[in-house]
Amino acid sequence: MKFRERCLVLAVGVVSLLVVAAGCGGGEDALQQGGGGDGIVVGSANFPEQLILGNMYAEVIEDQGFEVERRLNLGTRDVLFPALESGEITLVPEYNGALLSYLSKGQSDVTSPEETTKGLRKELPEGLVALEASDAQDKDALAVTPETAEKYDLQNTSDLAGVADELIIGGPPEMSERPDGLPGLEKVYGIEFAEFKALDAGGPLTVEALANGDIDVGRVFSSQGLIDARGWVVLADDKELSPAQNIIPIIRKQDTTGKIEKALNELSATLTTEDLKKLNRRVEVDKEDPEDVARDYLQQKGLLG
Amino acid sequence: MIEVVTNLVAWFADPINWQGPTGVPTRILEHIWYSVLAIVLAVAIAQPVGILIGHTGRGGALAINLSNAARAVPTFGVILLTFLVAGIGLVPVLVALVVLAVPSMITNTYAGFRAVDRDVRDSAEGMGMTGWQVVRRVEIPVAMPLIMAGVRISAVQIVATATFAAVVSLGGLGRYIIDGLAQQDLTQVLAGAILVAALSLLTELGLSRLQTAIVSDGLQEESQEASMEAKLEGTTG
Repeated sequence: MKFRERCLVLAVGVVSLLVVAAGCGGGEDALQQGGGGDGIVVGSANFPEQLILGNMYAEVIEDQGFEVERRLNLGTRDVLFPALESGEITLVPEYNGALLSYLSKGQSDVTSPEETTKGLRKELPEGLVALEASDAQDKDALAVTPETAEKYDLQNTSDLAGVADELIIGGPPEMSERPDGLPGLEKVYGIEFAEFKALDAGGPLTVEALANGDIDVGRVFSSQGLIDARGWVVLADDKELSPAQNIIPIIRKQDTTGKIEKALNELSATLTTEDLKKLNRRVEVDKEDPEDVARDYLQQKGLLG
Repeated sequence: MIEVVTNLVAWFADPINWQGPTGVPTRILEHIWYSVLAIVLAVAIAQPVGILIGHTGRGGALAINLSNAARAVPTFGVILLTFLVAGIGLVPVLVALVVLAVPSMITNTYAGFRAVDRDVRDSAEGMGMTGWQVVRRVEIPVAMPLIMAGVRISAVQIVATATFAAVVSLGGLGRYIIDGLAQQDLTQVLAGAILVAALSLLTELGLSRLQTAIVSDGLQEESQEASMEAKLEGTTG
């Protein structure tokens, strides 16, 4: 070996050593920041839709070759959000309107999807990022039976304006007072119902009362699986009275990469409220496993590589 | 604490809360209506059963055990279950309240009949009374303090529990509690709770007056002791 070649080998050796050392240093740094480095930890709240979404998020990120830990079924936002801020979890499926209201302590008054996401990005604490919002929404909505929809020609909430005085509405007790409840329907849509029955928020009381005709209009959630199972018609909130609740991934800035963001954004762009309703139905009504349901959907839509 | 009290006073002083279909008088009348219906139904079901097993002494153990088991049935569950079958209306509320009230009425009436002195019954029969006459003219009057104690316990429970009517969209004083909870309006919840408690107490007072009026004078002393005992039993049961 000539002297020059020896020098080159030595140089390469030194450089690679430096690279390795730098790598180690980087590793220590990541540990100090508490980011964990390799793994993404997906959290979710404790109802079927959240379990499906959490599994979907985990699945598409795993598909990109990352290691993912699933910590689903964690409880409510009061548990989830602090865990996200402290780094115990790194990613959660959220709802733009509900999270904005949580962060602004109920002081937000925007209702359109775009403004809500914009407002949410402004309120999000440093270190958290809201990725692209999906069109899929789980928001307060009014549902009627197909017969009622046909009889009065109903598609949008505003179609109720002329006929509401013949109809009985049922929903959660707070609906009679809340600004986006009956007072809002009257103010924004000019709708006054014949009667209000205080029942529950999309629970068994409202569902059964609508099914057996005790009420004509039921306050439900737009992505509820039961709506799909019963074939009910959800009236579009065409004047945007109740806040948008688009599904939106919230992730810790230091744990995200371009690949992860791209995968989650692709999923958000594909998912619709109709899809979500069908998936919820499979878990809520048909009692399928949320993990299977999530994987089925991703495969069907070609979201797994 | 002081704020809670001032808010409550303001709530009761506000004329808005005393008018129309959501006002206190309407809610009280609704509450009384559900309660009276339930009490009448429960008496109609429980007393014949209690009298029959008490008089004959047959099937007593079975009936008492069934009654005691029935006390474990959760009222809230019965309301929701009946609602899913029967829909909005009085049926779910009445079914749940009657299920709640019948057991203590049956056990008290049965106990009252069994406590009638054998000698008294024998002498009634010895005087040539028929079975029905013994029931009507000897056993019922003598057992009346315990029978009435059962009715009182049940009635107070019914009045306190008729609150649940509001869960299935009916009226009554429960409306204030359920709506107040949903609207996070503590004052309204407390106002409702106070009204329900007051109405329960009035029921107890009214029925004890009634008891004094219908129990024969010779049994008054005993009557008070018996109902004290029954009440103790009611609170531990």
